[in-house]
Amino acid sequence: MYDAPNLETRVTQTNTKITARGVQVFYGEKQALQDVDVDILDNTVTAFIGPSGCGKSTFLRCLNRMNDTISNARVEGEILLDGENIYDKRVDPVQLRAKVGMVFQKPNPFPKSIYDNVAYGPKIHGLTRSKAELDEIVESSLRKAALWKEVKDRLGEPGTGLSGGQQQRLCIARAVATAPEVLLMDEPCSALDPIATAQVEELIDELRASFSVVIVTHSMQQAARVSQKTAFFHLGNLVEYGDTSHIFTNPSDPRTESYITGRIG
Amino acid sequence: MTDATSSQVPAATPAPARSSLLTQSALMKKRNAAEARFKAYGVAAICVSLSVLAIMLWTIFSDGVSAFKQASLTFPVTLDADALDPKGNRDRAEMMRVTTIGYTKLLNAQLLAHLETRGISTEGVTDKDVAAFISRDTPARLRDMVLESPELLGQTITVSGFATGRIDGYLKGRVTRDTAALDTNISVAQLDLADRMQDEGILTTKFNWGFLTNPDASDQRPEAAGLGVALIGSAYMMALVVVMVLPLGVAASIYLEEFAPRNRWTDLIEVNISNLAAVPSIVYGILGLAIFINFAKFPQSSPLVGALVLTLMTLPTIIIATRAAIRAVPPSIRDAALGVGASKMQTVFHHVLPLAAPGILTGTILGLASALGETAPLLLIGMVAFVANYPAGPLDGGVLDPATALPVQVYSWASRSDPAFIERSAGAIIVLLAFLVTMNIIAIILRRRFERRW
Repeated sequence: MYDAPNLETRVTQTNTKITARGVQVFYGEKQALQDVDVDILDNTVTAFIGPSGCGKSTFLRCLNRMNDTISNARVEGEILLDGENIYDKRVDPVQLRAKVGMVFQKPNPFPKSIYDNVAYGPKIHGLTRSKAELDEIVESSLRKAALWKEVKDRLGEPGTGLSGGQQQRLCIARAVATAPEVLLMDEPCSALDPIATAQVEELIDELRASFSVVIVTHSMQQAARVSQKTAFFHLGNLVEYGDTSHIFTNPSDPRTESYITGRIG
Repeated sequence: MTDATSSQVPAATPAPARSSLLTQSALMKKRNAAEARFKAYGVAAICVSLSVLAIMLWTIFSDGVSAFKQASLTFPVTLDADALDPKGNRDRAEMMRVTTIGYTKLLNAQLLAHLETRGISTEGVTDKDVAAFISRDTPARLRDMVLESPELLGQTITVSGFATGRIDGYLKGRVTRDTAALDTNISVAQLDLADRMQDEGILTTKFNWGFLTNPDASDQRPEAAGLGVALIGSAYMMALVVVMVLPLGVAASIYLEEFAPRNRWTDLIEVNISNLAAVPSIVYGILGLAIFINFAKFPQSSPLVGALVLTLMTLPTIIIATRAAIRAVPPSIRDAALGVGASKMQTVFHHVLPLAAPGILTGTILGLASALGETAPLLLIGMVAFVANYPAGPLDGGVLDPATALPVQVYSWASRSDPAFIERSAGAIIVLLAFLVTMNIIAIILRRRFERRW
């Protein structure tokens, strides 16, 4: 499983997309994340791994400010997207989320048609001026999500009627349609069967060409298969961050080693 | 229970004397018996409530169905131009001088004459007794008709009008020869005459549309009383309640559920809404009397004030139902919308509200159904009134005219002395129930229809 031949595992990019410095997250009085420093590269798949409750999803949700929707969550430190602090007072989180798309753990298509699911983002952001342009975006997004062939004849049918794997790819198409620069994925395969998982993983590797992809996963095999960089979180701390090949073969922190060999988790 | 099991467990562990699955253990028997008893209680409870419901419906229908039928007298009337238009110039103002008394005399004379030509003996009854067959409603209607179209004068037309309440009661079995003997308003001889007139087809029972369209009538002519004003009043109130309660309730619910921060103030508001939903409705009546009538000087007995009071009363229920419907929308839908960069308001209006709509509609319709049947607050704002005139149309300020409402009409008829009103009261309950059942069915259909979408 570790040596999937078709996937690129070497890091080829050096452009930093997101820079996090001293990020701390509190839920009320409880500190969920302490002093996280990470540089996330462009056109790279970065995997966050770690046991449940270690803060990896919390950190992911900081990157597009979805934590704002939790009333007692508080974020300290800075997160720079292309050099701009996304927690600056002048930043509108709604505008940020158009640049930083998100795919969730459970496939959550809108209970609308497949077409409307993908077209919704471009519509509200005013990315198109005509129906033809919108059609084009919908088609190209569905193609990017490797779903076009399966659904092109039934775009008017409800997205909720698709299979789990198709729904998740529809959600990816929906996220891609707003032309984001970063794509966040919160355990995108945990609700899928192995075949659908393989499809989504292959897709993630293709998406790397156009986006910086950040993926949270429980499965270390998945992290090894799809990512070039890996960050290991434990108990609210970023323990180790580096090239995936390095982390999985030669971890420098004993906690990382314990986790990847299955002794903690 | 635990004692019973613990006594069995040690017995089973040392000696592996396996009990057969084919025989029931004592404990199992006890557990099964308890289950059977519980099921029996449930069935008994359902049977009791169903039988009470059946008795209630049976009484209402056996009393009320007859309200939809009415005895009427049909006989030819020659409209004597000399009596009804003494000046002979067909001038409306001049003809108005002939009051209903003039028409009553004419009708009485014509009925007697008709009985004579048909050979129906009026033995044992005076002319006055025969005249007492004709409802006081009939001359008034005939007068309106003649004033409307004076060219009828001199012609012979067939008049079909209500018979008086006692005769009507005789045809429906409410009045019998035994009760008539004790009743100063009707004699046994009159009932004999009624039989003869019924045989000749002069006195018949017809479906009474007037019960649904006529306004209320005085104690002397229960046969003419109808639900017309009450239906209009209830319709005005329901329309106004929908218009006021839906935007208020939905806006308040969306704000509290999606936008409001969780703090002491919103907790306080939440507790208050729950408490207001439990406040007895008559309290809202007192509030309405104080605010809308005494302070704001809105006209009393008007559907507007009734609607305002019912809106206040229904609002907490609607807010609670709407908030429950909004809360039932899975949070993943909100995440999805926010994740593609929708604003909070777009998330709510594009995704949450459409999904919550069936729940909101169901809650609203059920709230309206309870408002439609509400009597107590309307008592205090003067809607228990004798209203004999229809309110104006909705665009002509009809909501400010005095009106009654269906449940209030039930109440006021039930308190009248003439037994004919009791029948009408039950009839009005049937109409009210028909509306409530219709509204509940609409609520169920809406829920089914929209729930299928996800």
